[in-house]
Amino acid sequence: MSETSAAPTIVPEITVAQERRERLAQLLASPTFLIGLAIVAFWSACAIFGHSVVPYDPYADDMLNTLLAPSREHPFGTDSLGRDVLSRVITGSRDILTVAPLATLLGTLGGTVLGLLMGYSRGLLDEVLSRIVDALLALPTVIVALLALVALGTSKMTVVLVIAFGFAPIIARTVRAAVLTERELDYVAAAKLRLEGPLHIMFAEILPNVAPPILVETTVRLGYAIFTVATLSFIGFGIQPPSPDWGLSISANYGLIGGGYWWTVLFDGLAIASLVIGVNLLADGLEGVVNG
Amino acid sequence: MAEDALAFDEVDVSYLVRGTPRTVLRGLSFRIRRGETYGLVGESGCGKSTAAFAAVRYLPRNGAVTAGRIRVNGQDLMSMGQRALRSLRQTAVAMVYQDPGRALNPSIRVGQQIAEVFALAGMEREAAMAKSAEMLDRVRISDPQRVMERYPHQLSGGMQQRVAIAMALARNPALLILDEPTTGLDVTVEAEVLDLIEKLRLEFDTAILFISHNLAIVARLCERTGVLYSGRLVEEGPTRSLFEAPRHPYTVGLLRCLPRPERRKKTSRLDTIPGFPPMPGAAPQGCIFTARCALATELCRREEPPLIDLGGRFSRCHYHEFAADLPRAEAVQMAEPLVPSPSGPILTIDKLSKTYRVGDQALKALREVSLDLEAGETLGLVGESGSGKTTLARSLLGLTAADPASRIVMNGRTLPPRIGARVPGDVKALQIVFQNPDSALNRSHAVRRLIGRAIAKLSGLGGAALKQRLLALTRSVQLPDRYLPQKPRALSGGLKQRVAIARAFAGEPKVVVCDEPTSALDVSVQAAILNLLADLQASQKVSYIFISHDLGVVRYLADRIAVLYLGRIVEIGPAEQVFAGPHHPYTAALLSAVPDISGGHGARIRLQGEIPSALGPPPGCVFQTRCPRKIGPICETEEPALNEAGPRHAIRCHIPPAELMEARD
Amino acid sequence: MARFLLKRVALSVITLWLLSVIVFTAGQVLPGNVGRAMLGPFADQRAVDALNHEMGTDRPLLVQYGDWVSRFVQGNMGRSYAYRAPVAPFVGTALANSAKLAAVAFLLVVPFSLFMGVVAALHVGRPADRIIMVAGMSATIVPEFVSGIILILIFGVWLKWLPISATWPAGSGLFGQLHHLLLPSIPLVLVLFGYIARMARAGTIEALDADYTRTAVLKGLPQGTVLWRHVLRNALLPTVSVIATQTAYLVGGLVVIETLFHYQGIGSLIFIAANKKDFPMLEAGVLTVGCVFAVASLLADLIYSWLNPRIRYGAGE
Repeated sequence: MSETSAAPTIVPEITVAQERRERLAQLLASPTFLIGLAIVAFWSACAIFGHSVVPYDPYADDMLNTLLAPSREHPFGTDSLGRDVLSRVITGSRDILTVAPLATLLGTLGGTVLGLLMGYSRGLLDEVLSRIVDALLALPTVIVALLALVALGTSKMTVVLVIAFGFAPIIARTVRAAVLTERELDYVAAAKLRLEGPLHIMFAEILPNVAPPILVETTVRLGYAIFTVATLSFIGFGIQPPSPDWGLSISANYGLIGGGYWWTVLFDGLAIASLVIGVNLLADGLEGVVNG
Repeated sequence: MAEDALAFDEVDVSYLVRGTPRTVLRGLSFRIRRGETYGLVGESGCGKSTAAFAAVRYLPRNGAVTAGRIRVNGQDLMSMGQRALRSLRQTAVAMVYQDPGRALNPSIRVGQQIAEVFALAGMEREAAMAKSAEMLDRVRISDPQRVMERYPHQLSGGMQQRVAIAMALARNPALLILDEPTTGLDVTVEAEVLDLIEKLRLEFDTAILFISHNLAIVARLCERTGVLYSGRLVEEGPTRSLFEAPRHPYTVGLLRCLPRPERRKKTSRLDTIPGFPPMPGAAPQGCIFTARCALATELCRREEPPLIDLGGRFSRCHYHEFAADLPRAEAVQMAEPLVPSPSGPILTIDKLSKTYRVGDQALKALREVSLDLEAGETLGLVGESGSGKTTLARSLLGLTAADPASRIVMNGRTLPPRIGARVPGDVKALQIVFQNPDSALNRSHAVRRLIGRAIAKLSGLGGAALKQRLLALTRSVQLPDRYLPQKPRALSGGLKQRVAIARAFAGEPKVVVCDEPTSALDVSVQAAILNLLADLQASQKVSYIFISHDLGVVRYLADRIAVLYLGRIVEIGPAEQVFAGPHHPYTAALLSAVPDISGGHGARIRLQGEIPSALGPPPGCVFQTRCPRKIGPICETEEPALNEAGPRHAIRCHIPPAELMEARD
Repeated sequence: MARFLLKRVALSVITLWLLSVIVFTAGQVLPGNVGRAMLGPFADQRAVDALNHEMGTDRPLLVQYGDWVSRFVQGNMGRSYAYRAPVAPFVGTALANSAKLAAVAFLLVVPFSLFMGVVAALHVGRPADRIIMVAGMSATIVPEFVSGIILILIFGVWLKWLPISATWPAGSGLFGQLHHLLLPSIPLVLVLFGYIARMARAGTIEALDADYTRTAVLKGLPQGTVLWRHVLRNALLPTVSVIATQTAYLVGGLVVIETLFHYQGIGSLIFIAANKKDFPMLEAGVLTVGCVFAVASLLADLIYSWLNPRIRYGAGE
């Protein structure tokens, strides 16, 4: 009866399926989402098919042709071991695109369950977990990961686990905040009044309502996972040689830029930048649809 | 002759919604003379607030005036430059809206916010502060200096609204726009603010545009009234004659929807307006009210009537002379009135208390409330904010655990305080319809699932039996089947509340708590929901605990009424007696605060000050700080008992019932 | 208010304690045999035992933890395995150096990102807003070493405008130091920019849409007054805490930037310690970072509650 804002609320009569189609159409109409999708799809294709299309073996040293400037034969030049930079850039997406999404997925799953438990239970469990989450969030993910990797030793699996472990509290905090708002709504009380158990309430009643922000957060996290993996590889604790990984290549060659061998790092750098920006554009498009 | 304070001349306003313009006001014309009070009424979505914001040229980003002229004080608002517009807002027009807590800046002291207006007029700081104090004094704030030092959040809602009014009147504008200024305030506070507006109207020679959904308030305050329906002015005229002899079927229908004293669920149903208003922005051919009008003919569908001059008043109806004979939408007689069977109470609440901890303080939201409820009976629970009525509902349902000494007995069994510890049968028997369906219905689930899941869990049905029961249930709440696959957000407020009611009845409950189920609905929808609740009670033999702040609604539905104040029952008794008296002084004040649609109102009983906080309730009788009939020190030292005032009627007051009865007039 | 303060300080202490347990676990429990980890798989068992005994890593874990924490609180951060010298002086110098770099980055990023966030909010939904936000978020997510490399190539190698090493020659004045710190601080600025601008934008939009802003406009106040007095005061309040939490992420970037620009700060200290498996040094560095974060977020909360009358003056009367 009270009009809170002067703008009219226009209530479209649409069913669940129509709504889903409408969302998808909105997504595909967002230029940022489409550009992001194109970039991510390109690098994913490189990760899957890259090894069979590149002109040179990305691992083959060629000591007679080290540090060649870009030319017709080597459009991106060669590195200090004579390896073709173009071939390495194309195949360099494989490891990071395995490790980062896997870590994000694990972190999201763990964080979502943790956040639901914390937000819904609210008691001692929430208090204790919140403090641990706060403590973990006092350190940047890169430092947490570094600390754990020094202690555990580096492998792709440990990198995945360590980043997932670092992300879970961040996701948990987002989920918890959303759950705290949701659990005060009367539909939760209504569910209790029809004898639903806590698991049903958490996963069937509350989760669908907090899923959109989790989806957006996950996409944003994927960008940060790539960021973190690349950074760890650059400082020597991520993906290990002889992988053509971008961060690793920059790490191996950045000492040469003072000597003018810019092509050994520039293309890898641009590759990383384009990938993270692509993921970020995807997240931006998703967010626009979820919140708009 | 002086210019009109406000003149709308064939104004169209439209909003751009997802790229398509939707016209929400069409050809709106009206004028307010200097010093006149003009009421604009209508249901939600009719465009009344849009008209208000158009009048100060402050539409939302996606809104624009697309045709017509608006003049304030004779100046054309639309052709005005920014500088002229600013100076107009400084001197000639001011606005007060709903929710004063948000209208004031949370991080600036109240005094400075008012002084800003005077500083803008070129006043020195000292002088501006002095003028601000003077303004606060004029809106009857007793200690202006102290209030000026406060931040808005430190003031109560009523005080905040006074401050907003003081700020608006500071420059003595030619036009004051009040957009639902008392919506959301408690009844007694609302009455005080309305008194204040009435007085200020005489002290300042300001014209007022008063926008409200509440017909009774408009009847009380306004000289002339316009009725808006779906962006169209359908009727306009002097308030008294408009409400006494409406000449448009919509106005007729709207007035009939109001619960009136003579209407009780035992004897008659409330009138409703069938159907729904058109979507905002839709422009049907012919008269916009055709689809819902029982008088409509081929002419109405073909041709939109103009605003017909009836000599000092106007109606946009081809058949304005027959409007009063509009056929009723509902059979007046109840099919089969249900008489509560005196077979012993189905539910007994004994000394129910609920204490919350706030820091190291104890907040006693409920104190030793005792009630019982017969099968098939409706108990109305009336109280303002902080009275504990919602806490009572939640404790009863086991959603919050009552204090240990409390006892809730249903069907002879004592219920554990928490829902988790109760046996399924008891949970099933005690259900609720929440106030806000947007919160109560899970927005991720379709209607079919919302109701179906409740049936499955509460009655254990499955497969075809469940489907059958689902359809029977949705039909019994008059929810069309086509809404089943939709999510709540595609439903109007009334339909959502029907879904919530269907869900509450899924397990064939014995007692249903209705927590202000109609407070967010328009009057026509409210009437339909109240009828539905009455029908369901008759057919399902349930008992209701009906919580409301609206005495009119409670009077229609309740067999007995309990009045709560600061967590205590101050009066309880059969509905007729609670209304007829003797009254507890608080009940008397509540009753006198209800505005009457006939425009006149009896002697108002004014309450002093604000509702005290339950954190530090006054000693003795909790009502003594505001009681107009305090008899002496005994009120401050001793809490009165609930004294018998008649059969099943009790009043918590030191004054004997006979004396309470006498002093009624 | 006093209650709030006390509670907030207690929370910081608990956070720091938990952090110390995490760091201790990572540094001294997870690696298992520290002596073996340092000397490698082929070292003589007796040498490993001797090293473990010398470092005290052969004692029960709880004893080690108690000892470690109590020493740390007294400012004794232990002895570096790699340098065979007390850790504290290294950490002190490194922290001071990092503070200079961080200060330059902060002085650049805070005003700039607040300004851009407010500008975006004032043009919400229009191209200026989209460009600022998309560019800002993209800048935020590009790793510092990538933007660092590209900046070095452009401004250091090709244009030769700025030095590619952050370490200034001995005896440089303030200006000389700034000259060296400018290039390394830019990647940090880029990473922080998007987040702060985003918060500033969100806060401003909320305040612009608030009823109190409408009240201010309808009073007839000039636009500037509405913006400064009514909008920004409320809009930028939540941004204060965001800026503080960002200090932690700044340090994450320091590890990379200080390595890339050859600068001896807390980041490169952690990096070197990690590479040398110098656990005492690593633990001290990481715990110091945690302390800085805890203090910064405590300060931010204090400023926030002091600026926000709703907390300062409790609830209504």
